[in-house]
Amino acid sequence: MLRRIGLALAAPTAAVLFATIASSIFLVIAGSNPITAYGDMFEYGSRLEIQVDILNRATPLYISGVAAAIGFRMNLFNIGVEGQYRLAAIVAAYVGASVSLPAFFHIALILIVAMLVGGAYAGVAGVLKVSRGVNEVISTIMLNAIAISGLIAWLVREWQAGGTVDATGANLGIGTEPIDESGLIPNINSWLELFTREIGKGKELTGVLLVAVAVGVLYHIVLNRTRFGFDLRATGINPFAARAGGVNDKRMVLGAMVLSGVVAGLVGMAEIAKLGRFNPNFVGNLGFAGIAVALLGRNHPGGIAIGALLFAFLDTASGVLQVTGSASREIVFIMQGIILLAAVIAYEVVQRYRIREEARMASTLLAGEAEE
Amino acid sequence: MIDRIRRLPAYARWATYATIGILILTLVQELGQNQTSHLTATSTAQTALKWSIPILLAGLGGLFAERAGIINIGLEGMMILGTWFGAWGAFNYGPYWGIVIGAIGGAIGGLIHAIATVGFGVDHIISGVAINILGPFAARFLSSEVFTGYQGGSVTQSPRVENVDKFTMPFLAGGYETPNFLKWLGDKEIPLLSDIGNILRGILTQTSWATIIALLLVPISAYVLWKTRFGLRVRISGEDPWAGESQGVNIYRYKFVAVMISGAFAGFGGAFISIEMSSIYQEGGTTGRGFIGLAALIFGNWRPGGILAAALLFGYPYALQFGDFDGFASHALLLVNAIALFGVVIWALRNDKRTDAAIAFVLGSLSAVWYFVSDTVPDWWVKILPYVIVIVVLIFFAQRLRMPAANGQIYRRGQT
Repeated sequence: MLRRIGLALAAPTAAVLFATIASSIFLVIAGSNPITAYGDMFEYGSRLEIQVDILNRATPLYISGVAAAIGFRMNLFNIGVEGQYRLAAIVAAYVGASVSLPAFFHIALILIVAMLVGGAYAGVAGVLKVSRGVNEVISTIMLNAIAISGLIAWLVREWQAGGTVDATGANLGIGTEPIDESGLIPNINSWLELFTREIGKGKELTGVLLVAVAVGVLYHIVLNRTRFGFDLRATGINPFAARAGGVNDKRMVLGAMVLSGVVAGLVGMAEIAKLGRFNPNFVGNLGFAGIAVALLGRNHPGGIAIGALLFAFLDTASGVLQVTGSASREIVFIMQGIILLAAVIAYEVVQRYRIREEARMASTLLAGEAEE
Repeated sequence: MIDRIRRLPAYARWATYATIGILILTLVQELGQNQTSHLTATSTAQTALKWSIPILLAGLGGLFAERAGIINIGLEGMMILGTWFGAWGAFNYGPYWGIVIGAIGGAIGGLIHAIATVGFGVDHIISGVAINILGPFAARFLSSEVFTGYQGGSVTQSPRVENVDKFTMPFLAGGYETPNFLKWLGDKEIPLLSDIGNILRGILTQTSWATIIALLLVPISAYVLWKTRFGLRVRISGEDPWAGESQGVNIYRYKFVAVMISGAFAGFGGAFISIEMSSIYQEGGTTGRGFIGLAALIFGNWRPGGILAAALLFGYPYALQFGDFDGFASHALLLVNAIALFGVVIWALRNDKRTDAAIAFVLGSLSAVWYFVSDTVPDWWVKILPYVIVIVVLIFFAQRLRMPAANGQIYRRGQT
């Protein structure tokens, strides 16, 4: 048991270690001192306010990671989280701004619209795959391009809030109509302050964190405690055996794709809650980062959380490097890239080692029986 | 008639297909009363060719990897490395070296993919996705270290770089101050013939040597893969590596080399974008063309000629969006799409594929109705057109194609 945990932790630890060493080499070549750079990042990351930022960054990353992981568990590659979440966010922001409801229902409506849009858009790729055999990697990538450079560019203009100045004279800027206060997920600073000192002014811990936790718990339950989850994992491990066992593979592909899109729809909610609207500068690249986080966390709900926190730490804490000037801030990009690649390789090596080990143990056991 | 075309030798067959395509464009132009002369204009042909080249190179890159059995989703990431290294090389050593260095940059990406997939047996798509994430990260880091130190460079872009020299065909397109036959033909305004003249003139006028090299890589790739010993061994790695192994072929080596060639081609494509198209390295400059190259590979049925045809098809709508500010030509393209889709209906009915015919009929009718009820198309439609065409093409052809038999399988020596 202890050995198994050790093996499971060996791969990611080795990956992070390797990435740290490799990045240090890059830093030295670039003429910076890696130890000061890492020291600055850790010192900065240990402040409460920065930790709030890290959690805020990790929240959408985690949801995006789970969205990607749902597909990955059955070898279905939903590369389209990027387009799904952005499209979901703009439609949800538009619908949310056009109604006024009591807070609970308002928030629920926005979340449900986002999930429906994300699910429907991912469903297009699912239908193309099961009915026409179009590879989902290609179709989701094309759908990303269609959503981002076409649909969203069009909808932003179509739903542009009337005028750039509202009744009170405040500048509204570009974007959809602002959502009423009742539709915005409140911050949960008070929850965190139960454990810590008061959070500095202007920092808000996003309430979507709770949504992310719920997504993680549900992901774990659906995957491990339901028929659907079992079929999903079975199809991922051996599609032929699963089909022989009575799994309807077409329905599984469509179901997993839609479910992945439903979760992807939630990725943009933290940003919506913060901005209160959708604007053209809406945060991007969360979809691709989510894929990285899912691969890093081996599609495991806990693993994805660690991956999301790690990437969020690197993204956020690197901000200090610009201030202290101890290194170029972009070093964290190279670090993230190397961590990802090294982790992917390390998992494969450990997996092979484990299979060999099990085979050897089985053979020694069998040999022992034969002697008796 | 279709059967007769199919029996022609390859060069005549492709020429026939191209003529049919131009004929459709001409017909649509006649219908559109010359508001749409942009469809077969010399400048459109010139731009379309240019925009096809990165897609072609990515597709050919994918060809080498997948013929060796390694799925290369990482083409996009390798292409991004190519854009960065290409611009860096071009800035420091001139455009020709820029292309070479860009190809080397892409090959480094290919090497990483090969180490992960061939060396360690990582799932091809996972490794490719990781490279696609690593590529832009690496380019961003390199820019912050290198380009920020240059005059006019920043974290997201390089200083301006020079282009490769251009070549204009003598006698046909008037290069070296010879008569310009195709211009004469184009000015006659004879339907079809003048359009062919215009398009050929666009292809033969002011063509970059980089474009010519890229086009030459099509027959070269075909020759290398199908007529040489090296190509045979690459292909056995993709069709049945265990059979190759039993014949004493070092499958690992051929897969490694093929994936590095794949990366080099994608890197060339990226360098082409930086040097020839934007004259600058720009972050996000590839705009997913590595993936479109992958789609071209699939639509081209894992063959060089098919990839070229697909690249031209996917590159054309990009070209149309330049200079078509009023949206007339793109609007006319709706009718072209409708005609093409009705062509698919006929083809599907002849092959007794009712579903295909029904889908094509619905899409074709929608396209035709849209054409007749509107005068122009919105600009967002023009922007997404290349991607829509990729999806529509795959809807009809994805199942008819045959990829290398062992493509995507993880091969370990001595294990079946």
